[in-house]
Amino acid sequence: MAPSFENLSEQDLHEEEEEEIDFSDLKAQYEVKLEEGLDTFVVIDGLPVVPEDNRQKLVKFLLRKLNAVGHTSEDAVFMPVNEKNMTEGFAFVEYETPEQAVAAVKQLHGTPLDKKHTLLVNKLMDIERYGREGRIDEEYKPPTIEPFAEKEHLRSWIGDANARDQFALYRGDKVGVFWNNKSNPPENVVDRAHWTQLFVQWSPKGTYLASVHPQGVQLWGGPTFSKQKQFPHPFVSLIEFSPGESYLTTWSARPIQVEEGHPVLTYEEDGKNIIVWDIVTGKPLRSFVSHDLAGPESDAQPKKKVQWPAFKWSADEKYVARMLQGQSISIYELPRMNLLGKTSVKIDGVMDFEWSPATVNRDGVKQYEQLLCFWTPEIGSNPARVALMSVPSKEIVRTRNLFNVSDVKLHWQSQGNFVCVKVDRHSKSKKSMATNLEIFRVREKGVPVEVVDSLKDTVINFSWEPNGARFVLITTGDASGGGAAPKTAVSFFAPEKKGVQAGNFKLVRTVEKKNSNAIYWSPKGRFVVVATVHSQSSFDLDFWDMDFEGEKNENEKDLAANLQLMKTVDHYGVTDIEWDPTGRYVVSGASAWTHQMENGFNLHTFAGETLAENPTDKFKQFLWRPRPPTLLSKEEQKQVRKNLREYSKEFEEEDKYAVDIANTAVVEKRKRVLNEWVAWLRREKELLAEEKEAYGLSEEVDSPKLAKDAPSDTEDKGETVVEEIVEEIVEESEEIIG
Amino acid sequence: MRPILLAGHERSLNQIKFNRDGDLLFSVAKDKIVCAWWSANGERLGTYAGHLGAIWTVDVSPNTVLLATGSADNSVRLWNVKTGECVKVWEFPTAVKRVEFSPDGSKVLAVTEKRMGFLGTIAVLDINYDGDFTNQAEEPSLRITCTDSKATVAGWSYMGKYIIAGHEDGSVSQYDGKTGEQLENVQAHEFDHQINDLQFSPDRTHFLTASKDKSAKLMSARNLAILKTYVADTPLNSAAITPKKDYVILGGGQAAMDVTTTSARQGKFEARFYHKVFEDEIGRVKGHFGPLNTIHVHPAGTAYASGGEDGYVRVHHFDKPYFDFMYEVEREQLRR
Repeated sequence: MAPSFENLSEQDLHEEEEEEIDFSDLKAQYEVKLEEGLDTFVVIDGLPVVPEDNRQKLVKFLLRKLNAVGHTSEDAVFMPVNEKNMTEGFAFVEYETPEQAVAAVKQLHGTPLDKKHTLLVNKLMDIERYGREGRIDEEYKPPTIEPFAEKEHLRSWIGDANARDQFALYRGDKVGVFWNNKSNPPENVVDRAHWTQLFVQWSPKGTYLASVHPQGVQLWGGPTFSKQKQFPHPFVSLIEFSPGESYLTTWSARPIQVEEGHPVLTYEEDGKNIIVWDIVTGKPLRSFVSHDLAGPESDAQPKKKVQWPAFKWSADEKYVARMLQGQSISIYELPRMNLLGKTSVKIDGVMDFEWSPATVNRDGVKQYEQLLCFWTPEIGSNPARVALMSVPSKEIVRTRNLFNVSDVKLHWQSQGNFVCVKVDRHSKSKKSMATNLEIFRVREKGVPVEVVDSLKDTVINFSWEPNGARFVLITTGDASGGGAAPKTAVSFFAPEKKGVQAGNFKLVRTVEKKNSNAIYWSPKGRFVVVATVHSQSSFDLDFWDMDFEGEKNENEKDLAANLQLMKTVDHYGVTDIEWDPTGRYVVSGASAWTHQMENGFNLHTFAGETLAENPTDKFKQFLWRPRPPTLLSKEEQKQVRKNLREYSKEFEEEDKYAVDIANTAVVEKRKRVLNEWVAWLRREKELLAEEKEAYGLSEEVDSPKLAKDAPSDTEDKGETVVEEIVEEIVEESEEIIG
Repeated sequence: MRPILLAGHERSLNQIKFNRDGDLLFSVAKDKIVCAWWSANGERLGTYAGHLGAIWTVDVSPNTVLLATGSADNSVRLWNVKTGECVKVWEFPTAVKRVEFSPDGSKVLAVTEKRMGFLGTIAVLDINYDGDFTNQAEEPSLRITCTDSKATVAGWSYMGKYIIAGHEDGSVSQYDGKTGEQLENVQAHEFDHQINDLQFSPDRTHFLTASKDKSAKLMSARNLAILKTYVADTPLNSAAITPKKDYVILGGGQAAMDVTTTSARQGKFEARFYHKVFEDEIGRVKGHFGPLNTIHVHPAGTAYASGGEDGYVRVHHFDKPYFDFMYEVEREQLRR
């Protein structure tokens, strides 16, 4: 009987005790002894060396910093003095609790004390632990240098003989990279299952493909898409490349928890949400806490969307800026990631800002500058304001005051020539809305502002022509957008022809009664697709040409545009539209991320001719691989354009040849397949006959042996005679029996 | 190719079959009634009443004397085609999903459902054509139990040598027609994508499977080699081989339960014609407004019929262009 608790005797209990294994020897050997009291001490290094007389002053100065993270006093700071009556440049500090000491290490280590001195804060215990004899080799051993291994060529895809473009395709669990082969099926480069967990993204010049995992971001590149770099940001969910693909910003909702001994992340990153990485070294440059997450989350309010990109890059990657909404913009200088001028730019009420997408040379401005544009709403009696700031001088070079403003959107033209400020205005009663466009002509002297205010409706979308001076916008009467697809109107604007500089912006044409809500310019300009995406009821893509080479309307004579609708195509359930980087093809996709119906992607030419339809189960993402900017000089480009006809002749011939080859290949294949089939049938027939013979059965075994009264095979007679008996009512009479 | 619309059923169709002569068409649906039609003009010849549940399957003996049906009322019934009498009822523990006469008409196989603790089986019943047909053996002469994955469809190969079965897990098995021993099992379709139909070529040397994985496969009955694959963009319920011309007809559509969540324009309720040898799609026939559940081709290859979830049977007699259509390479071959 097993002893139960009730009948457990004293004896039993004692036995248990005796049987207990003696761990004391092991404990003594392995126990980590925490010297009592010492874990409240920190060692501060990197202090200025001062004479003893000034020591008191320095300690006081230092205390200000030290007390910001915990509690300590003058008595608790021990700063030794050497024979020369000078301090040694370090100090021991005792905090009240070990937690405060840890906090001091976390927050003060690496922070500047003044211009020349940077604090180095370590736990006293750590110095003991790591610096003890035997822990560090007495002799210097040079680090072994790995033999040079040649890396894969990261831009090999540009050397394709047919100048084809690549694209990444994410569907189901698989991500593949393919060559675009026009109407022929795309050629696979790599296809991997579970390549990414969330999504894939190309770097802006197409060098890397980024995959996003709970462990971090991984970059892939080269002809075989081998691993290039890893950025271990746990639970990363948003990423952003800098325009020159030197840096990467990553964001995760959860603050990072750095475990000791992490190969890349340090205490610096603990508790942060955003890391700015150097792509070449794979090391974090600096990390930040998200502004969005500051303040308690209330359940009543819907979760605010994360502002992404949180960090916006200047065109040359020399600066990166982040806004604290309503308060300030912080500009950091690369590559050190130090705050420009050591302070953020205070801008009361700042709502949004955008860098110029290109380095601008303003008229009459000689020194180097980057421009950024920001706006502030009406605060009290002060008007709303849109301003251009020059960086690094932080000078405001142009401002404009606005009234009755509900919202403002900033749209830079791709070369930084113009910035269009879309101002949504309400009437005094706040009942009706209207939109103004305030266009800053950045390159012209004094940055003149042109106002286009003939728009009564709300503008829901706006887009500049890349490298051009024309733009398209979509307006709608009911801004609420509730219910079925709202009726919209698409307007095309172009500058008047006037010398070298763009003249006044004038409306070219407005197309009413559309449902369109999205604008996609060709990356090379001229062509634009205006489409209805994410809609339940309408899915049209309008392909427009802004420089139609035909007759021109008389009343549009003075405008630098000749608008022509080339084609309209339908793609059921379209959610995304992507121009290829050369502006030759357009892909429209219906992504399973938005809905489950008829997922897949269609390939069109720039003119709207559909080349291929690719229904794909669980299609998620289609991304053209971007190309780096051309290396040809302006003159060389001009030369190419001039001789285009000759080149195209060559290409057409090549295309024709390829088609011929393909056709013969198809015919050959069909011939082979048919011959194989006929041979298979013949062999099967022979085998069948043999088997029947072996079984001693007649050829007729498969026909019904019991079918005595069945009619003979109809096939023999050739024709079937169908007798149809149709009853016909010849006469009908009614008799009334009275 | 104007279709004849047969509106005799009140519920969705489950299977349709031409007899060997092609003059008659039998259809079964969820409404417990078997209908017999003249295939030439769509006139209804009569009905066979008696089943107590949805009828899943029908087959007619090669001599058009007897008709076998399998139903959700757990029975296989044998009918006298001429008189409409039910001459025999075999009771099973579960529903019967497929019946098929052997090529010589001497046997019928019945695929039973896996349910309530009973494993799926394929039972072979001997058929006696003597007298008034009521003198039939009570017990199946052979019983194949599917232990791995239940059989959903089955049929007889040439000479009744093999029984070929399609399974719920997308595999195809070959059993010895006499001993019931499993000879071969091939994962022909994607795993866990049920095989919904299996129809033989006229000489029964190869057969066509239709699966939920949106493809149909042409396979050899001798060794289960996959000869051809036809890829569609919708789950397939039925697939048939056309005699005379080298085509296959595939039918399917969004599963009935998913139809309400999608717009009508993309239900894909069309019969698709593929070239049997080249695997290319060559045409579609619209008409049904629900998924196609069953397709059968006239034994002479002059017509086909389709039965849909919408409760209609559509009989199409082929026109001249259908017979004239030929690939250039085929024409070349013919000239030689």
